[in-house]
Amino acid sequence: MRWIWIDKFTEFTPRTSATAIKNVSLAEEHLHDLYPAFPIVPHSLIVEGMAQTAGILVGEARNFEEKVILAKIGKATFHRLVRPGETIIFNAKIEQLNEQGASISGTVNVGTDLVAEIELMFSHIDQNMAGIEFPEHNFVFTEQFTELLKTYRLSSSITL
Amino acid sequence: MTRDEIYKKVQAVLVDALGVDEEEVTPNAVIRDDLGAESIDFLDIMFRLEKAFGIKIPKGEMMPEGLANDPNIVQNGVFTPAGLAELKKRMPFSDFTVLEKDPKLDNMSKLFTVDMITKYVESKLNAPAA
Repeated sequence: MRWIWIDKFTEFTPRTSATAIKNVSLAEEHLHDLYPAFPIVPHSLIVEGMAQTAGILVGEARNFEEKVILAKIGKATFHRLVRPGETIIFNAKIEQLNEQGASISGTVNVGTDLVAEIELMFSHIDQNMAGIEFPEHNFVFTEQFTELLKTYRLSSSITL
Repeated sequence: MTRDEIYKKVQAVLVDALGVDEEEVTPNAVIRDDLGAESIDFLDIMFRLEKAFGIKIPKGEMMPEGLANDPNIVQNGVFTPAGLAELKKRMPFSDFTVLEKDPKLDNMSKLFTVDMITKYVESKLNAPAA
């Protein structure tokens, strides 16, 4: 299984904001694990979807040269459950970005319904204050993630 | 903005960043020891201070970095006299009473207090525009 919780980007403004969607299918096994006979998307995976949307936005801002790690969930307020057959929309906005990391504010919607408000903080771990060293290769932005952005750029440049 | 107004805002920043009660955030509270901050919280605190006060905090200015690896500054986990002098220069808003008595590197965290952050922000707000 691939650990990707967004299907595609629908908007991407470098260093500013990004929107991604995920279509929720009843075929996804994890939906059935939380409450038997009442499949919903776990809140933790909604946060993960936002982290992936925002993480790629933060990574792209520095040409994927930094290892961008989700460091802190400042806020995650949920207003509604997400059920199979629905499309989750992740809207992420960069509030602050510097050499050490970034702070993000985000909203999650299904259609016009507000599902969640999420604030995240990302760290560029090679710039950590503790001076801890990490492997040289970028283990965060694997091809799985960068392909999402390539697909968006390709599709947005094609006019049928 | 008066120092008391700055202090109130710093207090609110720390309550939000660390999930502590307002009463815990006293002027002498040590950010790590008394308020339970971990290393990643310091970046969060800096982001929140920048937003709350509309200031920019350059890397290493409020919290000096990389000192432990410099043998002129720290030897065998203890600040050298020159290192301590350098630290005082870089952190003019901190109370060095504890570190002067026991200059262990581990005690450096005691320099980061609510009062120190308040004074640092005050100096940024009063600095002439570049």
